[in-house]
Amino acid sequence: MMQEILLMEGYGSYVWSAFGFTLISFFILFRIIKIQYVKEQNRFNAKFQRLSYNQKELAKNQKIYREVLSDISASKI
Amino acid sequence: MFSFINNSKIFSITSKAPKYVFFIFVIVLCIGLIEALVLSPKDYIQSHSVRIMYVHVPSAWIAVGIFLFIGILSFGSLIFKNKNFSIISKSLAPSGLIFNITALVTGSIWGKPTWGTWWAWDSRITSMLILCLFYFMYILAWRIIEDKTRADQITSIIAIFGLINIPIIKFSVDWWSTLHQPSSIKLMENSTIHPSMLLPLTLMTAAFALFSILIFLMKYNTELIKIKNKGLDRL
Repeated sequence: MMQEILLMEGYGSYVWSAFGFTLISFFILFRIIKIQYVKEQNRFNAKFQRLSYNQKELAKNQKIYREVLSDISASKI
Repeated sequence: MFSFINNSKIFSITSKAPKYVFFIFVIVLCIGLIEALVLSPKDYIQSHSVRIMYVHVPSAWIAVGIFLFIGILSFGSLIFKNKNFSIISKSLAPSGLIFNITALVTGSIWGKPTWGTWWAWDSRITSMLILCLFYFMYILAWRIIEDKTRADQITSIIAIFGLINIPIIKFSVDWWSTLHQPSSIKLMENSTIHPSMLLPLTLMTAAFALFSILIFLMKYNTELIKIKNKGLDRL
């Protein structure tokens, strides 16, 4: 059974390489986009920390900044 | 117009959605892989090589679908000058490119046992390669053009020009004699594919669509945070 799934009557190398290529491409794209996302979040966080108290309060009053700030602490993916 | 497209509202949805989309994607992908690699039957002519269809066809469909969406949004971006349209288009492009490359590579792998060659200048393959070049030009233009307004215009023009290629991809198998078979799945007529093969194909298409949504959401959030980063400088 296992051998049949792996070899697929001689077509196994074609089938597995096609599926493998697809899944590896997905993984690489996911990692790249994730790295960019985290990098941008960290950049935002660092920039936000450097703001003065008044600037921080001003930013917190704007809804989009509140959302970005809450996302920095909440996002796991 | 389009005042309902509010960045903070969109961000509150798009920032929370990826984790849910990711989990659904993993579940659908696992079921799809089991169906595609184990449970679905082999073809009476192509034998097990037909299983490549379950990654090749959904990739091609999604690559074409995403570009069509980018083209329409780019048209809207040029007419209505809505910045969100260009951010959405820009965020869709990476997954579209990956699906296009996947369709070409898996098609090439499928071509060897089926047609006896890795590559043929067949009208469907060539038009998909042209689509891939459009994706490259689109992404490259965003990267190399410093002035974002100019980049927005140029990428929109690239996407609109690329739209011409979409009907060519779709009807290439009808217009020219090609190695590709005509469509087995038709929206308006009865499909000629057996349900035992339609199920894994549907599952894999759903999984790939979820993956493209996941990548889109993550990229879109990155773009929004990038804009907000610039906004912090102006506070």
